[in-house]
Amino acid sequence: MSEGITPSQTVGPFLAIGLPWADGPFVVPPGTPDSIVIEGRVLDGDGQPVPDALVETWQADPDGRFDHPDDPRGRAVAQGGFRGFGRSATNPSGNYQIVTLRPGPLPCPDGGTEAPHLDVSVFARGLLDRVVTRIYFADEAQANAADPVLASITDPARRATLIAAEAGDAAAGDAGAGDAGRTAGDGTCGRFRFDIRLQGELETVFFDA
Amino acid sequence: MTASDQRAAGRLALPRYSSAAGVHPPLDCPGYKSSRLRAPSQPLVPMPQRLTEITGPLFGAERVTAGDADLTTGRGGEPLGERIIVSGRVLDSDGRPVPDTLIEIWQANASGRYAHKVDDHPAPLDPNFTGAGRCVTDSLGRYRFLTIKPGAYPWRNHFNAWRPAHIHFSLFGRAFTQRLVTQMYFPADPLFPLDPIFNSIPDPAARARLISALDMELTQPDWALGYRWDIVLRGRTATVFETEGK
Repeated sequence: MSEGITPSQTVGPFLAIGLPWADGPFVVPPGTPDSIVIEGRVLDGDGQPVPDALVETWQADPDGRFDHPDDPRGRAVAQGGFRGFGRSATNPSGNYQIVTLRPGPLPCPDGGTEAPHLDVSVFARGLLDRVVTRIYFADEAQANAADPVLASITDPARRATLIAAEAGDAAAGDAGAGDAGRTAGDGTCGRFRFDIRLQGELETVFFDA
Repeated sequence: MTASDQRAAGRLALPRYSSAAGVHPPLDCPGYKSSRLRAPSQPLVPMPQRLTEITGPLFGAERVTAGDADLTTGRGGEPLGERIIVSGRVLDSDGRPVPDTLIEIWQANASGRYAHKVDDHPAPLDPNFTGAGRCVTDSLGRYRFLTIKPGAYPWRNHFNAWRPAHIHFSLFGRAFTQRLVTQMYFPADPLFPLDPIFNSIPDPAARARLISALDMELTQPDWALGYRWDIVLRGRTATVFETEGK
């Protein structure tokens, strides 16, 4: 039933007035042990950075649970300030950055297991509706191989657009988004790079959920 | 994942959110210049709703401080322009209210200028107006903002292009699938037929749902006009998955 649903409209070029939060990139507080940084660029069809986008993430906690009443396994109690949600506006270079914990795997309603992932929404001028994608982790090859969403994408090159690569600490300076990473503190134990290509060659896979 | 999680997985009864097919604008919209290099060219891949999609952040009162729903005070003086009350309900498409959910808004000032460094429209900034507000719906899904009616403004989409007056709204709802960012318009705006963003919504009835209504019950005499606007998110139905044979 789509009857009566309010249609989407673009966030436009001035979303920075209303949407960014000072603590937006911090799914967990700075300095949280075992936290990771996920960072990357949002790029347009010409490969140019998108400096006025907003990237939002939503994910399970490390045990694969959600602090939400609709999780039929029971509502998880949020630990250590874990919020599940991240929000990062892109900077002039098109970079975003999220500081979080690695999510756990999830049971599927019809059996099987989803590999650890984050759901992602991207908003920007030029996008009349958000686009939705997923971040998976390159070092979860075995879990990724059994994931039903990844399996639904037959072209390996397209599937690869959903996998965040381990970046190593050296990439931190390169990313330049800075704010979150610099203040993430000593707790961080890993950086992952996930670029979002809105259009063109190696366009990121976007989903209709 | 533990064995009990595996067993629980076989019994997962997840709500399902209704399709918004045909409601939202297509991403590829030739009349909207900014979409040309930003709209994906590949078709969206269908993804069944599972645990990550039927849950979501439940932001509420902790994200809002007193006065956030009043965009006309707190800046030292009163902003110029037509003071208005914008109020309504957040519902899902099955008619249930969406309570305790965060709404974020942003808008231009009465002159049609945003308090943003990228906006170079030569209309005056208003030192008493930033144009950002937040509130949380009450137990019946109701929200209320006090603000200034935004002005129309020119943009560079095509020659002599002007946006109808609008307020940007961002809503979380209860689940990732309900997330919505949209724009509220004002009744009988003569710019409607000329605006590619408003007209990107294919169904005229859906388009009309973005237009608020003047409401004299909401209007406060000798003080502020009231505009009523309800927001409808994707509906939710419980679905039990069969577990036989699992």
